[in-house]
Amino acid sequence: MSPDGARPIDDAEARRLRSQFPAINQEVRGKPLVYLDNAATSQKPQSVIDAISDYYARYNANVHRGLHALSEMATAEYEGARAKVRSFINASEDREIIFVRGTTDGINLVAGSYGPANVGPGDEIVISEMEHHSNIVPWQMLCEQTGAELKVVPFNEDGELLIDEYERILGPRTKLVAMAHTSNALGTINPVKTIVEMAHARDIPVLIDGAQAVPHGPVDMQDLDCDFFTFSSHKVFGPTGMGVLYGKAEILDAMPPYQGGGDMIKSVTFEKTIYNDLPYKFEAGTPNIAGAIGLGAAIDYVESVGMARIFDYEKSLLHYAHEALSSIERVRILGTAREKAGVVSFLLDGIHAHDVGTILDTEGVAIRTGHHCAQPVMQHFGIPATARASLAFYNTRSDIDALVKGLDKVIEVFNP
Amino acid sequence: MSELSDLYQQAVLDHNNRPRNFGRLPNANGSANGYNPLCGDMINVEVLMDGDTVREVGFQGEGCAISKASASMMTELVKGLDRKATEELLETFHQSVTGEINMDMMEAIDKLGKLAALSGVSEFPMRVKCATLPWHTLKAALLGEGERVTTE
Repeated sequence: MSPDGARPIDDAEARRLRSQFPAINQEVRGKPLVYLDNAATSQKPQSVIDAISDYYARYNANVHRGLHALSEMATAEYEGARAKVRSFINASEDREIIFVRGTTDGINLVAGSYGPANVGPGDEIVISEMEHHSNIVPWQMLCEQTGAELKVVPFNEDGELLIDEYERILGPRTKLVAMAHTSNALGTINPVKTIVEMAHARDIPVLIDGAQAVPHGPVDMQDLDCDFFTFSSHKVFGPTGMGVLYGKAEILDAMPPYQGGGDMIKSVTFEKTIYNDLPYKFEAGTPNIAGAIGLGAAIDYVESVGMARIFDYEKSLLHYAHEALSSIERVRILGTAREKAGVVSFLLDGIHAHDVGTILDTEGVAIRTGHHCAQPVMQHFGIPATARASLAFYNTRSDIDALVKGLDKVIEVFNP
Repeated sequence: MSELSDLYQQAVLDHNNRPRNFGRLPNANGSANGYNPLCGDMINVEVLMDGDTVREVGFQGEGCAISKASASMMTELVKGLDRKATEELLETFHQSVTGEINMDMMEAIDKLGKLAALSGVSEFPMRVKCATLPWHTLKAALLGEGERVTTE
C-alpha cells in the first residue's frame, strides 16, 4: 500500500498510462519500441505536447511586459507554472523557484553567482565520487577561478556514499556541499537529509542535484531543508531546455545576479541599475515560456498519477529487473545500494556495452551505453562504459522481459 | 537481422576475440593515443617505421568489438605499406564505412581485403567512429603527431 493510502499502480494501469505517451507507441526497426532510457530523457504525455502547442497556437505573447490580453494570459500561465512547481516540491514561496534551462544551468547559476561571492583561496567545495559531470565541472571551474579546492567523498563497492567520510572532510574551510540526490549511473538514492543535517551543523550550505530524483518520487524542500535544489523538466516528462533552481529566499536574495538583461532589472540608467526582486533577478531575457507551461502540464500529469505511487511501482519493477538480469549468468550489475531508484547499470562479461546497445536496438530495445557523463564512476570500477536500463512508471514487466530476451540475442551473436 | 549479421560478421568476432598485434611494440619509433569522448574508448597505436615503410604496428586499449576488430585488421594490413599507401587505404576504408562510396562485395574485397568484413558498419551510423578511431590514431602516429586524437 502506498503511503498516501491509494491503491498501487498495477500492470494494467501502467499500460493505460503508457498509451498517453505517443512516442512510445511506435515500432522501431520493425519491433515494438521498448523504451528503457528514461534516465537520459523521459517521453512526453499528450497533455504536455498539447499545452505547449496551445500556448503557441492561442496565446503566444511575451510575459511581464504587454498590457494586452495575450500577454496577460501568457504571464498568468507562466507564473501559474511557477506556483505548480512550488507546490510540487513543497517550497515555502513562489519566489524561491527560479526557471533555468535545466539542472546543468541551475548548478552553473549557483557556481557562477553564489560561488565567487562566498568562496576564496584555500576554501573547499565538497562533492561526491558519483556525481554527473554537471555537478563536477562547474565546481572545478569555480575552484580554478577562486583558488579553492575540490574535495571528493568516495563510495563503496555497492555504490553507497561513505557517510563517515563527510564527517572527516567537512571542515572550517568547506563553503558548500554539492551532491546528487540519486545517481544517474548507479541508481543509488543518497541519504541527502542526513548529509544536509551534518553540513548545517557546521553552517555549510548544501546544493542537491535532483535531476534523477524528482521524476521518480516525492521531494519536499521544507523537509529536506537543503539550500539549493535543481532539476530538469525533460526528465520529468516535460519539455527540454527547461529546468528549475530552488533556493532559500534569504540566500538567493543575498546573491549577485547571474546574467544581466531585460526582466531582471527594476530601472536602468547609464549611471546605475537597480536589480529586480526574486525570482526575476535570475531570469534575464525572455524566458522559456512554452517550457515553463509544458513543465506545469507535466507536473499536473504526474501529480494526477501520484508521486508516492510512482515511487512504489518503480521500486517493485526495479526488483523484478534485478532478479531477471541476475538470472543471466554473464551479467554483472553495478550499483547494488540498499536504497536504489530504477536504474540498472550492468556489464555483460566479455562483450562491450556498445555492442550490447547496438544489438538491443535492432530488437527495438532502447537503453543507454557509455560512461553516462559520470567518468569518475567508471574509473572507480576500472571500466570504460556500462549498459544502463532506466525505468519510468510507464514501463512494465514485459519491457524487462524484452530486455532479457534481447540480451540472450546479444550472447547468441557473440557465441554463434 | 540481416543488417546485424552484416555488422557482426564472423571475421569481426574472430578479431574481437583474438586481436592480432595486441600489446606493446618494442622499439616503436612512433605512437599516438586515440580517444572517443562519447563512449570513453581509448586506443594506443605504436609503429616501427623503416624509412617511409611501416615495418611493425601494434595496438592496446579498450573498445567495442567493432573498434577492436578494425584495429586488429588494420595492423595486419598496413605492415609493409608506405605512408601514402596507408593513407589511401584509410581513405577508402573511411568512405566505405560512411557510405560515401558504394562497393559490391567483390570490389570491397579487392580494394579493402579483410576490411571488407567491416562494410556492414555503413548501416549503423552511430558506430562509424568505432571503426575509424584506430585508423585516425595510426595516421597521427605516422605523422609523428604523438598527441591525443579524438573522434570529436
